[in-house]
Amino acid sequence: MARMKFLCDADRCIECNACVTACKNENEVPWGINRRRVVTINDGKPGERSISVACMHCSDAPCIAVCPVDTIYNTEEGIVLHSKDLCIGCGYCFYSCPFGAPQFPQVGNFGTRGKMDKCTFCAGGPENNNSDVEFKKYGRNRMAEGKLPLCAEMCSTKALLAGDGDVVSNIYRERVVMRGFGAGAWGWGRAYQGQGS
Amino acid sequence: MLRKKTGGVATGPRLSSALTEIAGKAIDRRTFLRRSGLAAGGLAAASAFQGGMIQKAEAASDGAAVEIKKSVCTHCAVGCTVLAEVSNGVWIGQEPGFDSPINLGAHCAKGASVRAHANGERRLKYPTKLVDGKWQRISWDEAINEIGDKMMEIRESSGPDSVYWLGSAKHSNEQAYLFRKLYAFWGSNNGDHQARICHSTTVAGVANTWGYGAMTNSFNDMHSSRSIFLIGSNPAEAHPVSLLHIMRAKEQNNAEVIVVDPRFTRTASHATEFVRIRPGTDVAVIWGILWHIFENGWEDETYIAARVWGMDHIRAEVANWTPEEVERVTGVPGSQLRRVARKMATNKPGTVVWCMGGTQHTNGNNNTRAYCILQLALGNIGVAGGGCNIFRGHDNVQGATDFCVLSHSLPGYYGLKKGSWMHWARVWDVDYDYLKGRFASEKLMQSKGIPVSRWIDGVLENKDNIDQPDNLRAMVFWGHAPNSQTRGMEMKAAMEKLDLLVVIDPYPTASAVMHDRKDGVYLLPASLQYETYGSLTASNRSLQWREKVVEPSFESLPDQTIIYKFAKKFGFADQMFKNIKVNNDEPLVEDVTLEFNKGMWTIGYTGQSPDRLKAHMANQHTFDKTTLQANGGPVDGEYYGLPWPCWGTAEMKHPGTPNLYDPSKPVAEGGLNFRARFGVKAPDKWGGQNLLAEGGKEGVGYPVGNELKDGHPEFNMMMLKKLGWDGELTDAERASIEKVAGDKTNWKTDLSGGIQRIAINHGCAPFGNAKARAVVWTFPDPIPIHREPLYTPRRDLLPKYETYSDRQAYRLPTRYASIQKDDYSGEYPLILTTGRLVEYEGGGDESRSNRWLAELQQDMFVEINPFNANGLGIRDGQMVWVETPEKSKIKVRAMLTRRVEKGVAFLPFHFAGMLQGRDLRSKYPKGTDPYVLGEAANTVMTYGYDSVTQMQESKVTLCNIKKA
Repeated sequence: MARMKFLCDADRCIECNACVTACKNENEVPWGINRRRVVTINDGKPGERSISVACMHCSDAPCIAVCPVDTIYNTEEGIVLHSKDLCIGCGYCFYSCPFGAPQFPQVGNFGTRGKMDKCTFCAGGPENNNSDVEFKKYGRNRMAEGKLPLCAEMCSTKALLAGDGDVVSNIYRERVVMRGFGAGAWGWGRAYQGQGS
Repeated sequence: MLRKKTGGVATGPRLSSALTEIAGKAIDRRTFLRRSGLAAGGLAAASAFQGGMIQKAEAASDGAAVEIKKSVCTHCAVGCTVLAEVSNGVWIGQEPGFDSPINLGAHCAKGASVRAHANGERRLKYPTKLVDGKWQRISWDEAINEIGDKMMEIRESSGPDSVYWLGSAKHSNEQAYLFRKLYAFWGSNNGDHQARICHSTTVAGVANTWGYGAMTNSFNDMHSSRSIFLIGSNPAEAHPVSLLHIMRAKEQNNAEVIVVDPRFTRTASHATEFVRIRPGTDVAVIWGILWHIFENGWEDETYIAARVWGMDHIRAEVANWTPEEVERVTGVPGSQLRRVARKMATNKPGTVVWCMGGTQHTNGNNNTRAYCILQLALGNIGVAGGGCNIFRGHDNVQGATDFCVLSHSLPGYYGLKKGSWMHWARVWDVDYDYLKGRFASEKLMQSKGIPVSRWIDGVLENKDNIDQPDNLRAMVFWGHAPNSQTRGMEMKAAMEKLDLLVVIDPYPTASAVMHDRKDGVYLLPASLQYETYGSLTASNRSLQWREKVVEPSFESLPDQTIIYKFAKKFGFADQMFKNIKVNNDEPLVEDVTLEFNKGMWTIGYTGQSPDRLKAHMANQHTFDKTTLQANGGPVDGEYYGLPWPCWGTAEMKHPGTPNLYDPSKPVAEGGLNFRARFGVKAPDKWGGQNLLAEGGKEGVGYPVGNELKDGHPEFNMMMLKKLGWDGELTDAERASIEKVAGDKTNWKTDLSGGIQRIAINHGCAPFGNAKARAVVWTFPDPIPIHREPLYTPRRDLLPKYETYSDRQAYRLPTRYASIQKDDYSGEYPLILTTGRLVEYEGGGDESRSNRWLAELQQDMFVEINPFNANGLGIRDGQMVWVETPEKSKIKVRAMLTRRVEKGVAFLPFHFAGMLQGRDLRSKYPKGTDPYVLGEAANTVMTYGYDSVTQMQESKVTLCNIKKA
């Protein structure tokens, strides 16, 4: 088995935000914390594209490297999790993350940082699987139930894929082959002007 | 303690900086809103959360089992299956419904968050009435008694037509049917629902072209399309899961995706061709495309000869639409339309999709017919991958339309004629004279009621000008947001003039707060569809059966129970529920289904018994994801959800009709041809030709297996006798037919289903086999023509493309020319149009009360092109006033974007709770105010109604925008 991976197919993402509300629904994430968000470039202009972004569960995660209290760790499946008990809310992980994944709840009027929160790949945290305390701190542990992250499972156009990296890349490769030389392939627009992306 | 990371080099600076750039100077809609929209309401509301609901972990530690309940999303009409995890009666989680052939597990933001509706804290909790400007809790009995007494008093003094029953596209089929029956028994045709203001022009235009007014194919069928032409439709926001199917065609068939719209929509960003038109010029752009098709001989001559009447009249009109004229009117260059025409002609089959952008116009019925004619010219109707895929907007707007929660028809589009009432009287097992006695007069019983778009005129218009005894005095909003209707400030006045205003809804809606009444307002909490069960009809005509997920919250009651309580109060419950079992004031849902099965012959809602529908839901995984046909298993050969028409009785086991008018298979297996609905011969004025199908080729001119091998009129008993087929009737069928009208009994009124059964046994469609008609000689514009909007900025196009003359319609004076004659374009130079956002739906009361959705869109805004904004000195994010010619205005945030063209502004229509700059939050009953409030777009949208259906014009008006 390869590592667990997310992949967002920008040719399919329509910015419907199902991934965002699915995440909220599954993990009861409070208002103001977005473990996943959809980013759109060229909004309202030709070339508009969206991708859904969350923690990418890096193999060599910069957040793990920089965390001063070693709260972030990599699981056997290659999922990056953290312990909210150890977290000091310093925000160094936020500095280092290429994706803006770490979130900090606002706990006071001056925006004091609370414990870091981020996408868990629906895999909970260090506590016992599916325990009450795990849910309260990290949300649902779907991995322990043999299920994949709900954001990807509910994606409206199957743009967002999640799971074993080998399987995800197979699905995506097949899709790219199916698209052939059509307007879906990146770079087509450069070769044939005005014919899509 | 810092640890040095192994492996050294960071791999992501490039992407990282790209993202920083996005986050930094972004002007995308969401960043814009995140920045601007730390909306006081939103955050204040958020801080009021009580925190976690009961969770799976907790529930599991109680040792309670987790059950899965299968329901269907209550937002748009795609019909996505919702799998609910329920423990101890609490909805604790949602799982993807991978087995559903419609959504394959997928959801949009709304579908992925429906659990928050059921667990929502912002619901109406108990019956409430307004006393001296304060909300006061009352009991259900008090509410029904007080409202009932007041209505009876109005009935005595002003007649039954002074009470208006506004129903809902959120009803299940059973509720919609009972609701329609309720106001029939009340004795008025003054009832309606959202279909009037969403697809009424579609239903009228399309049904008058080829028989039925519904989506012809299905979402899944688009897998076979090689071109997809979307006009006035933005499914990426309005029907996101449909994109799952559209993308598949785009990727696997290399299908052309052509988007025609005034805005560069999210759908347009995924298109292969984007055609930007001036709002309200649909007919001109379609004729502009057809011009190239006819010019180059790209039409399907064989198809037209066999299956279309009147195309020559269209050719004559289209000849006027040269590329130069089209560009002058629509703004689209001829070269682009030639490319579009060629793409559509060379990539067949192709499908045409349209939504509100096409329908909501004063000439909306012309638009919908023009789209149909384009498809007929290309020979795209009645083929897999083709069709007119008209996406409907609410979860059961198709069903509520089919049950005619409308002011102009009885269920099944039977109309309001005496014969129609007699038919339903037989089904309901009541005397026609009894029903007649309920109405003010037989004339009013048979005349169209006031449509929802005009109810305010029913209140405000001088009663001498209304074709009924008195003004409307009581208004019932049953699952209907007021901010979905135009002329908001006049609506406020109308609400204040009423004697009685009743809101029956899970949420208070803007109806509770937008007026300044001190009393005479009742709010009754209705249950969600997740708190009851029954069938609903998706856009593709498939029926799905919802299970009850949880028990009704608070004191809410399901619609069927509330309907029963009113019927009981009015004293006709015994008659109305004669054949329906009632338990503790709740009618048995299955009995309701079985009752409408007995009467809905016209559109084939007769074969979908509760048992068959439940079997489909239980065996979702056995259906093919493209054809929707079950392959093996207990429902082998049937199409998912028995898409109507599902002919004959349930015992006949018709599989449903996946694609309408498709002659390539036998009628018994879901094949069909165009309906013979308009006689057998065209009027002499229009040439007098034969209207029945001809061409004599099996699978083209008539469906496979049709023994008559030609066009034929619709079936009645007389015809069966002439053909010598009547001998095949059973004795019971024959007796039933004799009892109805003897030889005159036809396929629509035969309660035994015998006529349909025999016609289909001989391979014939019961409704005859005719040509589609390109000219609707009974409409104001028999040939669809372009007419400028009432508030047009293009005075140079008048009088050539002027609107209609003023006229009386649906009991009311209706203005056209008297508005268009005045030039407002100087003071109001910008075109204003409206549309949807993906996070919200309809009036938005429910979705803005869902915290997961509300967080994503916290602010009402207006899209303005930077060119216009710079001219007006308006900066991005600033507050502005948008004012329209009827002198109402709203205060909203400006969003500068090239999504709209120069000279065009756009408003999303889901907001309410602010009125002309005034915050109405304090007026909601405590704890029921939605998280997000905003100005309603329809506060400023202006007068204008379709010439056939009274559809409101909410896509074109004029406005000016000023800094606030």
